[in-house]
Amino acid sequence: MSVPAGQAQADGGLRATARIRAEADARGTSRLPVLDGEGPLAVRRIRSAGREARVALVGAMSAPLGGDRLTVSAEAGPGARLDVTSTAATIALPGQSKRPAHYDVRLSVEEGAELRWLPEQLISANGSELRVTTRAELASGARLLLREEQVLGRAGEEPGGLTSRLTVRCEGRVLLDQELACGPGAPGGWDGPAALAGHRAIGQLVVVRPDLAHAPVQPQMLGELAALTPLAGPGLLVTAVASDALRLRRVLDEAVRRVVP
Amino acid sequence: MNRATLLVLADGRFPAGGHAHSGGAEAAVAAGRIKDAADLAEFCRGRLHTSGLVAAALAAAAAVGVDPLELDEAADARTPSAALRTAARKLGRQMMRAARATWPSAELDALASVRPKGAHQPVVLGLAARSAGLGPEDAVYVAAYESVSGPATAVVRLLSLDPFDATAVLARLAPDLDRVAADAAECARRVPIEGVDALPASSAPLLDIGAEAHAAWAVRLFAS
Repeated sequence: MSVPAGQAQADGGLRATARIRAEADARGTSRLPVLDGEGPLAVRRIRSAGREARVALVGAMSAPLGGDRLTVSAEAGPGARLDVTSTAATIALPGQSKRPAHYDVRLSVEEGAELRWLPEQLISANGSELRVTTRAELASGARLLLREEQVLGRAGEEPGGLTSRLTVRCEGRVLLDQELACGPGAPGGWDGPAALAGHRAIGQLVVVRPDLAHAPVQPQMLGELAALTPLAGPGLLVTAVASDALRLRRVLDEAVRRVVP
Repeated sequence: MNRATLLVLADGRFPAGGHAHSGGAEAAVAAGRIKDAADLAEFCRGRLHTSGLVAAALAAAAAVGVDPLELDEAADARTPSAALRTAARKLGRQMMRAARATWPSAELDALASVRPKGAHQPVVLGLAARSAGLGPEDAVYVAAYESVSGPATAVVRLLSLDPFDATAVLARLAPDLDRVAADAAECARRVPIEGVDALPASSAPLLDIGAEAHAAWAVRLFAS
């Protein structure tokens, strides 16, 4: 299957968008009426054993590079269930352009739908500059399981500049709004004892489920460096830091086992 | 306005209960992340640029008259740790009592009646500044400075750190305080036009994780 190359911009950066939409058919099985990628953003359907639609983001070339503007939009229509993963970590690299790269993720979970957004890590390579925004909008009765992992630098390398803002809205109301800034160019203290204290892997796990509005989880520690906390609404958040990506994933996997029935 | 009013509001002895909170320093000391004045400086710098910036912007927005309930909801979304939301509301309630006694106003009364258990402290602080005739540029400084003076004072007690060293840490943060105050005021100016999404949402993972660990301790010196 050929993939459109994405549009080159005047300054050398690339503009590319991937779109995924799942819809439930009359028998309740989720289909993928929209599944489009371009350039570095290829998308593949994966065989599913259940009624959910499954998609993997496939890294088709090195991206994001400086100046790139990448957008992924994933929608689960009313009652649909969509699982999105990726086949490999995303690595932010320096590019020809001196401007930062932008990576925008737009998630929409419509009435009674469920989205599981579980991509691999984002690695901020030395010399790169990336701004990530992830926005999830949930309608009434919608469910979300979202994992984000940031790794600062490849093995033994200083990280690039990274800002990542995560916003989750339920029925128009903001449930979570959080921004992390690290690496060169980040405000002072980002690696100090209040923020990362030398840890090189940071993760968030967000669960939104209607029942959590009236039966919130109890706060709990998952080891010394990860905490599970109820949000002020129908959701919970696990925040974790670790020395490396492997240890981080172990903690977040354990968190998933505890909070996802 | 009277400039001296700012000194009353910013005074560490203003009876709003701040002295009982360490701003995450107690958890960081226990975890071995703060061992000396240099660690304290980095801790304060990190806190200032994250939760300090958010608090300052919330306070400034409240001081310019943005709906405090909308700001309170924005503060909830920016405070994912349940322990920190509880601490912020407890402090907000104490700030409310002190502010209503000091600078009574209909706006303070209105917020107190819909949030009897307390609104987020920075929102109440901003409204208190407004009731006292102060502006957003004053509110940002009080909130930003509080975000570092609390931990500095706490670490003097927790580590028996020399108070001169702790005060020197605060003095050296002055340029960062100016920058955060300016950024927060700028964000707050955009809120009446763009809505509360214009507020910063900067976070520090270990403050959130440490707050939950600390809340589970059986015995502690500070409330948060």
